[in-house]
Amino acid sequence: MMYPLLWLLSSSVKPGATVFTQPGLWPESWDLSNYSDGWGALEHPFSLYLANSLVIVVLSIVGNLLSCSLAAYGFARLRFTGRRLFFALMLGTMMLPGHVLLVPQYVVFAKLGWLNTYYPLLVPNFLATNAFYIFLMVQFMRALPVELDDAARIDGCGPFRTFWKIIMPLSLPAFATTAIFTFISVWNEFFGPLLYLTDSELYTVPLALRQFVDSEGQSAWGQMFAMSFVSLAPVIGFFIAGQKYLVKGIATTGLK
Amino acid sequence: MSVLQQTPVTAPASAPRRRYRRQDRSGYLFLLPWFLGMLFTIIPFFASLYLAFTDYNLLNPPEWIGLDNFREMLADERLMRSLRVTVIYTVVSVPLSLAAALGVAMVLQQGIRGLPVYRAIFYLPSLLGSSVAVVILWRYLFGVDGVINKGLAWLGIAGPAWTTDPSHALTTLIILHVWTFGSPMVIFLAGLRQIPAAYYEAASVDGAGPWRRFRSITLPLLSPIIFFNLVQSLIASLQTFTQGFVMSGGTGGPADSTLFYNLYLYLRGFTQFDMGYASAMAWVLFVLIAVLTAVNFLAARWWVFYDD
Repeated sequence: MMYPLLWLLSSSVKPGATVFTQPGLWPESWDLSNYSDGWGALEHPFSLYLANSLVIVVLSIVGNLLSCSLAAYGFARLRFTGRRLFFALMLGTMMLPGHVLLVPQYVVFAKLGWLNTYYPLLVPNFLATNAFYIFLMVQFMRALPVELDDAARIDGCGPFRTFWKIIMPLSLPAFATTAIFTFISVWNEFFGPLLYLTDSELYTVPLALRQFVDSEGQSAWGQMFAMSFVSLAPVIGFFIAGQKYLVKGIATTGLK
Repeated sequence: MSVLQQTPVTAPASAPRRRYRRQDRSGYLFLLPWFLGMLFTIIPFFASLYLAFTDYNLLNPPEWIGLDNFREMLADERLMRSLRVTVIYTVVSVPLSLAAALGVAMVLQQGIRGLPVYRAIFYLPSLLGSSVAVVILWRYLFGVDGVINKGLAWLGIAGPAWTTDPSHALTTLIILHVWTFGSPMVIFLAGLRQIPAAYYEAASVDGAGPWRRFRSITLPLLSPIIFFNLVQSLIASLQTFTQGFVMSGGTGGPADSTLFYNLYLYLRGFTQFDMGYASAMAWVLFVLIAVLTAVNFLAARWWVFYDD
């Protein structure tokens, strides 16, 4: 299972010419120049792409946490007219293939003058469009005792204060799960940036990596593998740090 | 204000009602971002249905052409090929990855030491599988001089040109898909843990062997979870895009052998600006997925067993 990833790591520190000739995983000679050369091999330094991706990821996390937790609190803890209907609608959007909405959304973003900006990638996250995260948080919040809300109301808290002071702090594990899932999926996302970003200085890491493939020369393999590894490292890091939450998160959604 | 003034008279009747209305207001307030987001979902949903019946290139206003897009689809050989690629990919890789997921989950469930470590090792690939870096990696692992062929040569087998031979290019992507069985596996593991151990003990006392226990206890009790994983994997797999795009450099080649349906949709819609045609394609896929899911739910009556 891990072999492909280890192979990638090992190839990224082998001198360019030996990647395919020298078998074993352990490099006979080390060459870290793949990293320094790869960093500057594209039109812009790789740090720019990393920074772009980071900006999008951080804002997406903030947007998802804010909007999805508000919606989840509404669904999980408040009684209001049409709640069941809206909840069913929300679950329905989880099943909807994104490509059905693609063309009109693209047209709208084009009309708004948002092509070649980060808005199409960010704004949907602030509008709770990812039902998976709402569902995850609803599941979590429903498990918290109702007495908490009652006690808060008796103490004079309105719904917002109850959410902010009581439910939100208790929901931190669900927030962590959402944040990590958002990180990984936005970091890996290829289609959205491919569609909406055209200027190479706005490119995210996946788009930058793709340029390596297009411009492949015999000697650039090592550099490409080095930058590929750089792009995977944060995901692997987040995975190791947040494994507990990830496993719990995915297990909960499967079990309902 | 007027409500407040009336309070003394109508308090007993209207107090619960008023509370309800206040809950309405705060409920809607909490859902406000989501409502706005739904506008971004529902309006495009119907707009795309409309566009499916038009000729639209983004520059001129959409022109109504009735069923022409759908007629064109029937005669479009590339579309039929892309449909075939997607269906083959799904039909082969979904059962394989679910079987691998269930098999490994059952082995891990036996109470292996260091379960979290193994679970992590199997789960990690499913988080990376759709990333550009891993698809690039796959391209080189399966290259003519790649590691896979080196390994095969060592076994005395002449490996094919995996990525450039049209009859093998899709196979490499199926292998990539199967490699990412970790996420259904985690769900299986959670489900296996919920089956009471007493059932197995009782069955063993009655003389049931491992196969019988698997067939009569594990499968029925796990069936809702198998069903969930099946539906999820089918929907996801029919929408594959990045793997085909990166593997083929955006063309779906060699000879359209990795031209996934969504990749073709992208090419038609966003490189040739046949927006109407792309919308029609999206709707066909949507209907296909909806029908498939409905069939799944109907079939589920026969094999999915709910305890309660």
